[in-house]
Amino acid sequence: MAAELVRGQNHPLPGSRLEIRVSAGGPVMAGATLGDEDGRLREPGWIAHPASPRLPGLEVSRQAAADHRIAVDLEALPEAVHRVNVLLALPTGAGGPLSFGATAAPVVAVTGPDGTGIAGYTITGLGTESAVVAVELYRRLGAWKVRAVGQGYAGGLAAMLEDQGLPRARELAAAVEEAIASGAARSVAPPPARTGGEDRGRRTAPAGGPPAAPGTAPDALPYAPPDTAAALRPASRGPTAPTAPPPPAAGPVDYRHPRRAARTAAAPPPPPPAQPGPPGRPARPVAGDAAGWSMEERLYNQVWGMFEDLARTTAAYRSAVDFADSRMEQELDKALADPRSRIGAAADTARARARERHAQLADRARAAFERDLAQLTAESEVVEPALPPAFARWDSPVWHAYQVPVETPMAVRLGDLGLPEHSGLRIPMLMRLPLERGLWIDAGRTRSAASLTADPHETRRLAGELATAVAGRLLAVHPVGDFTVHALDPTGAAAPTLAPLSESGALREPPATGPQGVASVLAGLTRRVDLVQMAVRTGATDALPPDVDPAEQLLIVHDFPHGFDDRAVTRLRYLADEGPSVGVHLMMVADREEAREYGPVLDPLWRSLLRITPVPDDHLADPWVGHAWTYEPPLVPGGSRVLSRALGQVAEARRRYGR
Amino acid sequence: MTVNLSKGQAISLQKSDGGTLTAVRMGLGWQAAPRRGLFGRRTQEIDLDASAVLFAGQQPVDVVFFRHLVSDDGSVRHTGDNLVGGAGQGGDDEAILVDLQRVPVHIDQIVFTVNSFTGQTFAEVQNAFCRLVDETNGQELARYTLTGGGQYTAQIMAKVHRQGDGWQMTALGTAANGRTFQDLMPSITPLL
Repeated sequence: MAAELVRGQNHPLPGSRLEIRVSAGGPVMAGATLGDEDGRLREPGWIAHPASPRLPGLEVSRQAAADHRIAVDLEALPEAVHRVNVLLALPTGAGGPLSFGATAAPVVAVTGPDGTGIAGYTITGLGTESAVVAVELYRRLGAWKVRAVGQGYAGGLAAMLEDQGLPRARELAAAVEEAIASGAARSVAPPPARTGGEDRGRRTAPAGGPPAAPGTAPDALPYAPPDTAAALRPASRGPTAPTAPPPPAAGPVDYRHPRRAARTAAAPPPPPPAQPGPPGRPARPVAGDAAGWSMEERLYNQVWGMFEDLARTTAAYRSAVDFADSRMEQELDKALADPRSRIGAAADTARARARERHAQLADRARAAFERDLAQLTAESEVVEPALPPAFARWDSPVWHAYQVPVETPMAVRLGDLGLPEHSGLRIPMLMRLPLERGLWIDAGRTRSAASLTADPHETRRLAGELATAVAGRLLAVHPVGDFTVHALDPTGAAAPTLAPLSESGALREPPATGPQGVASVLAGLTRRVDLVQMAVRTGATDALPPDVDPAEQLLIVHDFPHGFDDRAVTRLRYLADEGPSVGVHLMMVADREEAREYGPVLDPLWRSLLRITPVPDDHLADPWVGHAWTYEPPLVPGGSRVLSRALGQVAEARRRYGR
Repeated sequence: MTVNLSKGQAISLQKSDGGTLTAVRMGLGWQAAPRRGLFGRRTQEIDLDASAVLFAGQQPVDVVFFRHLVSDDGSVRHTGDNLVGGAGQGGDDEAILVDLQRVPVHIDQIVFTVNSFTGQTFAEVQNAFCRLVDETNGQELARYTLTGGGQYTAQIMAKVHRQGDGWQMTALGTAANGRTFQDLMPSITPLL
């Protein structure tokens, strides 16, 4: 088995005839310099490079290639030679990567003449360097050894040659580049770049934490791992993605979206640089400091990253405090267990010591927690103002500058999440669009203290307002004509809370009232689900009748189950089951207690919806640790006209576009 | 340069410049079983698993293994389960990353173990090793060659424990038997 070397490590060489195999992510130029016992380049001719590839006992390739085999005969080297440096450099001007940081890490293997492995070295950790001294063969006490060097040069080939002690390094580097260019002209096209053999499809998997127990457990938030979005994109757009779209004939299948090619083929704009903080302190956070192809995606990933960090740091704190408590209990018990020392100074000291140990540990846990909270709070302070309307709170200034968007955002904010340990810090609860499940706005009593004292009528009114705020937000963040809202208000009791939607003209039809209204809206949506499902199944989506609205649909159901007969309930359940996959979503504004007489028949309906509450309530679990987070609804601040104004713009844009 | 620690030897994770270690990685590598000629699907794969058990006092608080890849506090991360092994060329096939600065204050020991989930003993696995690496500079702190380790299916490799303000590593290298870390708990307890 070949020894895998790390930087600086050496390994004895068994024989004098060797082969050095280099494989890199793209074409590289290989060369070698010789040195005497002091490491000096004694003669200017002691270098092998593409323009003059041959030395006694050594020959390198004339061309830049992704794979090299350099044959070395150590016996044939001049007597004065004690060192052989193997150099690699990226050719400039070939349109390839400009630094080793943009390619797969080069791998150097030293083998015997028959290919048996002696030592291997993967040159990792390179960034902006475009030339590197890969390995060094050296003679020590008459025996040859190989050492992994990995010394990179950001200044490129010229800087490396200069450092090797060559006179006129710049001219030589230019001559080498020229030889490579002419070599490339007569050679065949280089093989396609290897797709990252180094990462082997590994990525940090999201936590497989203990699943929440059914029944009493809080609703788990559907977790879209922040890196899935990036993972779903074509692999060809890795870090080495060309900045210009490749010619269409590059491969047998062109995977690019025909209309998005121009936009997506460009490399994403660089993330904002994080300013280094004062020494000893973490860097000051910046908005958008996460991976992603657009600022929106970066912010989304950053918010989920903050969510995860907050969940985990709180878990660390709670776990430490729990441990401190249980340890103190045990120690106090022990002090009491011995009847001889139960009373007296010894017991008092033991008890005092137990309390002191508890306080010490709890203090240290608190300090670590405060440190993390301070960092996350600072991050939240820069992230919140940077959020686009779909991610922003209603009181954010971006809503005052609202304009109807031209693209659907990747997510929408459905409220805020917080934990009791840090009342000041709130994490935006961002849900991916299109919605994967409907919403249930619970108008009934919850377990929280706030809802026990609240007036049921007030809760119901708040639930209606929350429904309007969420539906209005969904309408406002979608492009014109991409989102349609229907409302069922069988008793007409919800008319005041629906007013912003109906008055602005954002609803296409006024809220349906009475059993007939309920039946006709449900029939219309059921027909749409059936037709779209049929069309998708048969692949005939262009044959849909013209009256089928292709937009996403949201049905707000007030006062359930008033005005619902059995047939309407069945239709509603059908929509809940089949709707989400074809873009029809439910938003139930309901008190589950009022639908009690239907029995367990409706349980699957409630379970399929994401429950949110009009008053703060701790019923949502994070996907990593399972804390119960307090959900705060995104109600429009009292007296604010931001929602009506946004909806007015939506209606106005719809009229202008004639949709 | 590889530190082949002898059993029970303790090394302080102080760096030469006086700073303490901030991140370590436990790597585990082994060579996949040779393919069967015809029904390759029925090759008897070798699945070794790396686990890290987090202790507060004598009490296990959390564990990072293939069913729970990230400790609740986020400081210890398993990069993912490898069910078949690798090329046997010295690369890590499973890795556990520990961010020592973020480890909760009450956790004072982290024990790293290796188990053979599919039941092959270390005598039957080719090119198997486990090692502890300083994640900041890639330097190997300890390395065990598992191959040839006799008729055992598990090893309690090393523990990293708090010492003053920093951390210290003690090589354990205790052979044991078990399918997952749970089977090893009785053997781990006396080593704490």
